[in-house]
Amino acid sequence: MTKWFEEHLPKLVLAPSFIVVLIFVYGFIGWTAWVSFTRSRLLPRYELDGFIQYDRLFDSPRWDTAFSNLFVFGFLFIVIAMILGLILAILLDQNIRTEGAIRTIYLYPMALSMIVTGTAWKWILNPGLGLEATVRGWGFEDFTFDWLVNPDMAIYTVVIAAIWQSSGFVMALFLAGLRSVDQEIIKAAQVDGIPTWRVYTAIIIPAMAPIFLSAFIVLSHLAIKSFDLVIALTGGGPGYATDLPATYMYTMAFSRGDIGQAASSAMIMMAVVFTIVVPYLYSELRTKDD
Amino acid sequence: MAPILEINNLFKSYGSVEILKDINVSIEQGDFLVLVGPSGCGKSTLLNCIAGLEPISGGTLSISGRDMTHVNPKDRDIAMVFQSYALYPTMTVAKNITFGMKVRGVDQATQDEKLKQVAGQLQIEPLLDRKPGQLSGGQRQRVAMGRALVRDPKLFLFDEPLSNLDAKLRVEMRTEIKALHQRLGASMVYVTHDQIEAMTLATKIVVMKGGVIQQIGTPSEIYNHPANLFVADFMGSPAMNLIPATTRMNGKGLEVEIARANGTPITLIDTNNKDLPENVILGVRPEDIADASLRGGEGRQEADCMIDIVEPAGADTYAVMQLGGKHVTARLHAETGAVAGQHLNLAFDLGKVSYFAPDTGERLN
Amino acid sequence: MTDISYTPPQSGSRMAKIVLRWGLYLMLGVFILFYLMPLFVMITTSFKSLDEIRTGDLISLPREVTLEAWRTAWSEACTGIQCEGVRPYFWNSVLIAIPAVLISTLIGALNGYVVAQWRFRGANLFFALMLFGCFIPFQVVLLPMARMLGLMGMAGTIPGLIFVHVIYGLGFTTLFFRNYYVSIPSELTKAAKVDGAGFFRIFWSIFLPLSLPIIVVTVIWQFTQIWNDFLFGVSFSQAGTQPVTVALNNIVNSTTGVKAYNVDMAAAIIAALPTLFVYVVAGKYFVRGLTAGSVKG
Repeated sequence: MTKWFEEHLPKLVLAPSFIVVLIFVYGFIGWTAWVSFTRSRLLPRYELDGFIQYDRLFDSPRWDTAFSNLFVFGFLFIVIAMILGLILAILLDQNIRTEGAIRTIYLYPMALSMIVTGTAWKWILNPGLGLEATVRGWGFEDFTFDWLVNPDMAIYTVVIAAIWQSSGFVMALFLAGLRSVDQEIIKAAQVDGIPTWRVYTAIIIPAMAPIFLSAFIVLSHLAIKSFDLVIALTGGGPGYATDLPATYMYTMAFSRGDIGQAASSAMIMMAVVFTIVVPYLYSELRTKDD
Repeated sequence: MAPILEINNLFKSYGSVEILKDINVSIEQGDFLVLVGPSGCGKSTLLNCIAGLEPISGGTLSISGRDMTHVNPKDRDIAMVFQSYALYPTMTVAKNITFGMKVRGVDQATQDEKLKQVAGQLQIEPLLDRKPGQLSGGQRQRVAMGRALVRDPKLFLFDEPLSNLDAKLRVEMRTEIKALHQRLGASMVYVTHDQIEAMTLATKIVVMKGGVIQQIGTPSEIYNHPANLFVADFMGSPAMNLIPATTRMNGKGLEVEIARANGTPITLIDTNNKDLPENVILGVRPEDIADASLRGGEGRQEADCMIDIVEPAGADTYAVMQLGGKHVTARLHAETGAVAGQHLNLAFDLGKVSYFAPDTGERLN
Repeated sequence: MTDISYTPPQSGSRMAKIVLRWGLYLMLGVFILFYLMPLFVMITTSFKSLDEIRTGDLISLPREVTLEAWRTAWSEACTGIQCEGVRPYFWNSVLIAIPAVLISTLIGALNGYVVAQWRFRGANLFFALMLFGCFIPFQVVLLPMARMLGLMGMAGTIPGLIFVHVIYGLGFTTLFFRNYYVSIPSELTKAAKVDGAGFFRIFWSIFLPLSLPIIVVTVIWQFTQIWNDFLFGVSFSQAGTQPVTVALNNIVNSTTGVKAYNVDMAAAIIAALPTLFVYVVAGKYFVRGLTAGSVKG
């Protein structure tokens, strides 16, 4: 008995986590998936009824806005954060004496809650008293910067705040990547008289391809999960102009009491994450764990 | 008295891959058993099975007559020295050595006494308060030995303990392990891929390949009577010359003919063997080919050979020639007159040669 | 190859080099302003009076420093009908974060230890399942979790939030410890087994003393995640149990009374202080956690 116990102790230690993950991750995903195929409204119902929730979802103009916002926001956020992160990393890679301090400054927003970030930017972008008023106060009377309250532009304020929050992190990733490139190759290139910018474009950046992939995965994951920032910055408004799938789901689940819509929108989010992350995880686990 | 270690029909597989096949070994008290083979031959897995660190898939294993097939490592009365030394990084040398006793609840006085004794034996007293990170490779090696010695086990297990040391230190430690074995009279199982370590340390060698035992024997048996081509090739440095040859009986004995690229074949007469198949692989150790002008005589067959390369190595000089389509190395006396590109009369000692079947690789004589 | 007088660009004119260097510093400086500006605005605004905010501009220093907004934010600001400031919610966050961080770190350490050092069939599958759990959008578990907490009688309670944070933090804590422990040679475990130590003894005497760096990384990561969480906080809390992020959002978006931007900013800084403090004190470990969480394997 004790021998059996001793032999299986490692498995017994893992068992609670295993069960918890099975129930609270996979079981719950299953539950949500199931409910997304029912007529659930205020209370969940368990009789399957085809794609009715998904039909409703794709007929909803609000979801339409939320879903297209995800792509506008996601695309701009990922592309700009990557470019900015790479530029910052390359700038910092030039033997800057105060690198440590500058890195700390570039990266600190990552330590903040998205709610704090949203609150700060909401104040800065406030047309009445914020940046717009300040620039006008400097004498530029015609200066307008009302994106926060402009339904066509509000989503870009989310992009700005999100980039401010996350680009330092991309920089940290890239900086680590730059430093991990074999220094002998760089020295060899310098001996060959290749200009510094060519060393970057031809040698270092191609060698960092895996880091680009990681950064892309993390940023797209952040984009899909973006919820707090929108709530704090725009509240999804004006109207529902800045809704994202995450805020749509939350509104349906907790304000509108429409469980079916909440479940189906959550499943769409899941599907988006799935298509991005699963191939990545699969290849990572395959290469790393023989 | 029961053998100190007895392994019967041991099998080990990971899933469908068989790592060890039908292993049968036994050693007596005081034996120094060396498991040797190329990497991936299963020797370390076998050692881990003996230690109980890997469960076995079939067969039995007993230590000192007690069946240990399913017994935990800690109850097998063994001690083990690892390749990476596996010293506990956060503990001092003293704590590393006494950790096992502490776990087993040995009282403090005994711990201190044993620690003192072992530290004296290995001359590591000044290191006792240091952490492993502050030690050199050789010192770590000693501490790892100390951790094993303090246990005073029935059986010591060594997993390539010298392979992380530099060449000079490796030779020193090898001598020290041998001295330790002689002093303690303890039983040891030692894994290495270095055939010189195997030859110098062992009282008994197990040569393995692909999870199968190729030969078990004393160093001299393994060296002089290799059971097959693999053992012949693996044991000895420079390796045994394995030359395709044809044989036929004539009045004087066995006539062995070795083809040469240009010129007539060499014909040697072996009076010790007879009735071999026509095609054989002739195995000759380099030291059994000598400069005829320096070492001729009884039982030796002389042949005139064209020397391709001469490699002086201090005590010996190696001469390389082409025989039977192979490079053949002769270990000559340093005073040899061998010159590259010139002929030399060589003496082959046929008293010690081996013959192998070209198809199966098995020994014929 | 004919141009033997070719000189590499590094030895170009001294002047150009200096200009380049200054350009570099200028760009770095512009970015410093970009990243620091919001923090600067938050701090200055929080020390201004409302009157000054209405008349002055965003980036000017306060003419008259007042702590009024901080006092209001801490103990008087309204988060809806209650007007107790962020103080009670700050302590809620502390009460949620500390146990959740400790429990998830401990379990993650044990899980990582098993997966890395006690390999058995299925251990890798377990790890893959855990790892995937790190990536799911939590929206997909919100609805069933709300029902489950109700069933367990933990809906709207602090233990309920602790429970949720522990469960969904396990993937990351396991990942951190697993990746740390796989780099420790398995011979160490073997040696300890031969020495007679068991599962927990090896963990306690050998692995835990080695784990300080990864414990720091994990604790910081988990603390930042849990402290900054909003989604679980807003979904699974009720009036008295909300974490500080939810309270901050409520203060900022409360529609009653005049908009007090200085109070909003003070409340935001209060909500950000613990994680900022951790970042400043242990930034190295914070970054290590971030990169470890993103570069898998």
